[in-house]
Amino acid sequence: MIKTIASVSMPVFETLKIQKNRLESGKNNHGKRISIVTGIHGDELEGQYVCYEVIRRIQEHPEYLNGIVDIYPAMNPLGIDSITRGIPAFDLDMNRVFPGNEDGSMTEYVAAKIIDDLVGSDLCIDIHASNIFLTEIPQVRINELHEQILVPYAKKLNIDLIWVHGSSTVLESTLAYSLNSRNTPTLVVEMGVGMRITKAYCHQLVEGIFSVMASMGIWTGPVSEVRKPMVANTGDAVSFLNAPTAGIFISTAKHGDMLHQGDEIGIIVDPLQGMILERMKAPVDGVLFTIREYPVVDEGSLIARILKNDSKGEVQP
Amino acid sequence: MRTEVIYESRSLYRDSFRILGYTFGTGKKSVCIVGNMRGNEYQQLYICSQLVQMLKKMERDDLLTPGYEILVIPSCNPHSMNIEKRFWPIDNTDINRMFPGYAQGETTQRIAGGIFEKIQHYEYGIQFASYYMPGEFMPHVKLMKTGFEDVAMAKKFGMPYVVVRNSRPYDTTTLNYNWQIWETKAFSLYTTSTEQIDRESAGRGVRSVLSFLGAVGLVDYKGHNRYVSEVIDDKDMISVRAPQAGLFEPMVSVEQEVQEGALLARILDPADGHQLGAMYAPADGIIFFIHNRPLTYEHTAVIKMIPL
Repeated sequence: MIKTIASVSMPVFETLKIQKNRLESGKNNHGKRISIVTGIHGDELEGQYVCYEVIRRIQEHPEYLNGIVDIYPAMNPLGIDSITRGIPAFDLDMNRVFPGNEDGSMTEYVAAKIIDDLVGSDLCIDIHASNIFLTEIPQVRINELHEQILVPYAKKLNIDLIWVHGSSTVLESTLAYSLNSRNTPTLVVEMGVGMRITKAYCHQLVEGIFSVMASMGIWTGPVSEVRKPMVANTGDAVSFLNAPTAGIFISTAKHGDMLHQGDEIGIIVDPLQGMILERMKAPVDGVLFTIREYPVVDEGSLIARILKNDSKGEVQP
Repeated sequence: MRTEVIYESRSLYRDSFRILGYTFGTGKKSVCIVGNMRGNEYQQLYICSQLVQMLKKMERDDLLTPGYEILVIPSCNPHSMNIEKRFWPIDNTDINRMFPGYAQGETTQRIAGGIFEKIQHYEYGIQFASYYMPGEFMPHVKLMKTGFEDVAMAKKFGMPYVVVRNSRPYDTTTLNYNWQIWETKAFSLYTTSTEQIDRESAGRGVRSVLSFLGAVGLVDYKGHNRYVSEVIDDKDMISVRAPQAGLFEPMVSVEQEVQEGALLARILDPADGHQLGAMYAPADGIIFFIHNRPLTYEHTAVIKMIPL
């Protein structure tokens, strides 16, 4: 059942609607609810395919559904429609306006209505797709404040990495922080790349969503065995590699590669002079889990993230 | 006056990204004044350019107090301004959400870090800032409540109002907040406009800074037209919100005094121009902020008033 959770008039002959699709079992409904959210950033599209596929599989076997699945494919419809990461016209990052305010501006009002609707879910999964610059292996990011509650859910999600990161005041205005601090467990998934759909990653996550639903009793159908994720849960588990100079980045390493210190990840070239400006090399032994996708780099642009082999969490390639 | 490169990084095909600072006097690092951080802050750049011109003249006329240093950085973001883009050209990030910065981090973190390294030890920090909503302001000094804010010093600008407000999570990465945390007394100055040059309010901004510099003994300046600033808490302002979306027709202007019940603005139907809604003053007050775009969304705070 399609339901509108927020509706705002636009100035010229248009109404902005935030919608969800509720799938609910007709019988044996014990009331558990999972909410799948995506499209907060209008240029992140991996979640679009995930939403489609989850609904398709449930509709194929409605007899296995035993609870409520709420799917919110477009938190920022104006952004998705205009290839805009933030909220168009305001140039605001929607993931910095939560928990919002019902008496506030359009953006704050919409954010407050979204929170109202999601609070009380037994689990929420907020699907992001990195951005247009970086490709990520399927991973869940967890604020250390909520590690105890969220890691057990994340381990069932069939992802490759769980990254527990430090808390930061600026992140208190994200959807996930707002929901977790309102006792609604919320996992943030990052995978793939902006403006594209990576079907293999989407299918991997869909398997994980059904697995976690099964563990919650919402899905009684067969599910796949899930992967055992690597875990980064210490402050220095992740090594960052930034461009030392502006240029065009050409990658040579592949996503998910096991690297040794000194292995080449890619080169930064100057096409005008036809020369290599920098050879980017792994600073540590570990797994390449983020790599630059967009070739143009400024000094400082992120090139790669590597999960160190000697980090506290388990590493399995 | 001495010209210094505050921060520089090489570009692939454009000229190097270069932030220039103009220093007056030598000695104790007393005041740093920062202009545009975003590419659409033309008024902020204009004010700083006028200020540099005034300070050059004062230096020639021997009106600067010896033993102190004043630094003006008119533009922290020439690359965005030159292509009429508000945020960073490649990744659309906001330098003013990256402080205190990080020298090993991403591009705008490095820029913020490079700026902050040069400007964090000044006694006073002044930033000509802009608001994320498009509109015109009553000129004012804004202070964030961090526990380090200094309202008495803010009054020395002689602007009509000093506005104090609670800091929010996203403020913790702004220049103003970090200046305060690192023990610089920080003030954000707002004049009437951002994307257009408003000469009159720019002139007021320049005189306000010179009044401040005069009040703390750094220059010999005897300006006129100073206000005895009134202090107001942001939460005491009255927000008037658009009851509908549509064409926005303001009936008042910024700084205007209005009586309770006065018509402030109308919302018109885009098809036939009939009045969809109207906004009236909920109390006697002064127009502090007014939206200046032709359209408005529903619920938008299009007018802010200071109650009298």
